Amino acid sequence: MFFRLIYQSFRLQRRRKLMAALAIMLGVAVSTATIAIATDIGDKVSEELRSYGANISVVPQEDTLDLNVGGVNIKPASEGAFLNEADLPKIKGIFWRNNIRGFAPFLSTQVTLGKGATARDVELIGTYFNKPLRYGKDDFTAGVVKTSPWWRVQGEWPKDDERAVLVGARLAQAIDLKRDDSVTVNGQPLHVSGILSTGAGEEQAIVAPLFVVQEITGRPGLVRRILVSAVTKPEDAFARTDPRTLKGPAYDRWYCSPYALSIAHQLEEVIPNAHAEQIRQVAQNEGKILNKIQGLMLLITIAALCAAALAVSAAMATAIMERRHEVGLMKAMGAGNAGVAALFMAEAGVLALIGGVAGYALGGILAAQIGRSIFDSSIVLQPVLFPIVLAVAFLVTYGGSFASIRRAVRLDPALILRGNA
Amino acid sequence: MSRSRMFLRILLRPLIVRRGSSAIAVLAIVVATTAATAMLTLFTDVQAKLRGEFRSYGANLIVTAKTGDTLPPNALQRVESQIGNSGIAAPFGYAVARVDGRSVVVAGLDVERTKRVDPFWLASEWPASGAALLGSRAAKQFGSSDRDLEFRGRKLHVRPTGILRTGGAEDSRIYIPLADFTSWTGLHANTIEIAASGRPDELSGLTQRLSAALPEADVRPVKQIADAEANVFGKTRSTLLLAVIVIVLTATLCVLATLTSSVLDRRRDFAVMKALGASPGISSALFACEAALLGAAGATLGFILGIAVAFLIGRINFNSVVLPHWNLFPTIFLGGIALSVIAALIPMGLLSRTQPAVILKGE
Repeated sequence: MFFRLIYQSFRLQRRRKLMAALAIMLGVAVSTATIAIATDIGDKVSEELRSYGANISVVPQEDTLDLNVGGVNIKPASEGAFLNEADLPKIKGIFWRNNIRGFAPFLSTQVTLGKGATARDVELIGTYFNKPLRYGKDDFTAGVVKTSPWWRVQGEWPKDDERAVLVGARLAQAIDLKRDDSVTVNGQPLHVSGILSTGAGEEQAIVAPLFVVQEITGRPGLVRRILVSAVTKPEDAFARTDPRTLKGPAYDRWYCSPYALSIAHQLEEVIPNAHAEQIRQVAQNEGKILNKIQGLMLLITIAALCAAALAVSAAMATAIMERRHEVGLMKAMGAGNAGVAALFMAEAGVLALIGGVAGYALGGILAAQIGRSIFDSSIVLQPVLFPIVLAVAFLVTYGGSFASIRRAVRLDPALILRGNA
Repeated sequence: MSRSRMFLRILLRPLIVRRGSSAIAVLAIVVATTAATAMLTLFTDVQAKLRGEFRSYGANLIVTAKTGDTLPPNALQRVESQIGNSGIAAPFGYAVARVDGRSVVVAGLDVERTKRVDPFWLASEWPASGAALLGSRAAKQFGSSDRDLEFRGRKLHVRPTGILRTGGAEDSRIYIPLADFTSWTGLHANTIEIAASGRPDELSGLTQRLSAALPEADVRPVKQIADAEANVFGKTRSTLLLAVIVIVLTATLCVLATLTSSVLDRRRDFAVMKALGASPGISSALFACEAALLGAAGATLGFILGIAVAFLIGRINFNSVVLPHWNLFPTIFLGGIALSVIAALIPMGLLSRTQPAVILKGE
């Protein structure tokens, strides 16, 4: 009898049940989508924050001072210590190798540009542009294309194994140089494959493949500085503790957290004689921005959950209010309060189940769409969320129905049937 | 009883007699309008707040003297009069000096302004007059004893008091107060770093104004900062916008469903009116008016609640006040009314086609 009542109620009042289920589904869908976005936005934004460029700088321990003003090296140091180019691929061998989004080595020197009366001293920067490297079985590329996404080239990026260079935009303007011209560097002709604009010191320099600069300076296989771009976790008090003071599990926890500081520590371990340091301008603010955006999404998610809960509650309350006559009839025919309440509860449960499952699916699609359209990568719905979302659906549906069910059950059947209540 | 008084009575009595369903209808509208108000207020305000957060990345505009020159002494005043309240400027003077026979870049800085433009600098102590702030790499070379800096034959005796860590070029420099720098080298500042907040078009406008105000200098945006900010900010903004649209839309649809059923619930009233001779126009008008009243009440309440929610979120996340946007009120108010009237008129359309007798017989 009980199941027959529920079955008939769904069969005969298809429109109303549909409305209620629709409300639950929409509420659950928006909750699912916002929760999915909120849990994933941290990863997505840290990926985007990599467009600020490198956040860790690796230099030799025995280092000489840079003479650098406004990004222009006044006198690139020609003596001092160097790092081995051969150690570079090891960067992909550290514990957090998958968080390394790119790295680029640098070696600079002062060269004479041009011949005779028009000769002038300029800085020649050697680096990787997009060089294929291999560590173990991993193939990857390294270079400024990844670590400095704001560099714009008018023309072509040079290949890492050809004798072609980029000329900084301001320098090119000063000496009236165009792409595909040729420049004479220390008496050696080099092809200009493009004009580089960076908004910083490189615009007054020439950027060449690393091996060209190594040849000119007579330092084969050496680099001066490596810039590493890594996805990191915002720094907290624990991150700042000195790893030397940590022991056992605490050290493991520090080592296995992707802090900029612990990644720097791991880089020092694989590159001999290196000193790695976070670039505070990029590394520090990353966490700040990330926390703000995550916090904002979290609060919006809570607000969305509340709104969804209230909207579903209102829908359930209406659905029960309009069935007072049925309650009156059932009670007049001898149904107990508990029986009536159980009937409504069971119906609400079925609605919550249908609305919850459909809403979860819809929310997943919604989140994936949002992820694809904004971040070019899908926001994956964690399966862990399913029971949580379903629980939310039940909670909200029952929460919304409870007051109305109680009131409907308490009413005097005679009053309801006469239409006075 | 006149027609209009009768109309008013039929309009207002049910609101009081059927308190329960009126309350639910109002609640539904309050939910939708609260969500809409909070989200729209946040969305307009959060952009400015987020841009403020991005300013901790440091300068996004740099004014430099043409090669080998310094900026005029009043350059900072001229820059600050152009940026007004929308940014901070910090002047720097750079010179290559000799210390112990080694070359090092010595920079003059304005402590208070630098702290605000470059909040990511980690300085153990900022330099007072006669003191110096050593970059961490410079400190490794020179230690912590007093030093003589030499520039074009002129000497300056400084006492290192603090160490600066940035992980960038600053680590190789020695910083002294700008006043010391000027009296020692005879040079004024040659670089002004500006952290200006604003949209990209406002920034390019500011760049142009600064170039016009300081024709003797180069004004250029820092592409690294500007490009990355545009990228991250743009994506965050789109995510927020989509989340806001989805939330408002869902709340609206849920509410529409609720209101529609609560009006359908009253088809008997409608049938009685029709049976007593009311024209479909009058009875529809009656329901629409009732819905509009509920909508207005709900929207007003929802607007106030929405302001509170936005205020709370701004307070928790940004530690600053999100002010109410009063110009949103007409939109929210009319939107609330429109929502409830539409919700009332959809079932009216269905009902007006059915015979009152059918409804009253309960079929």
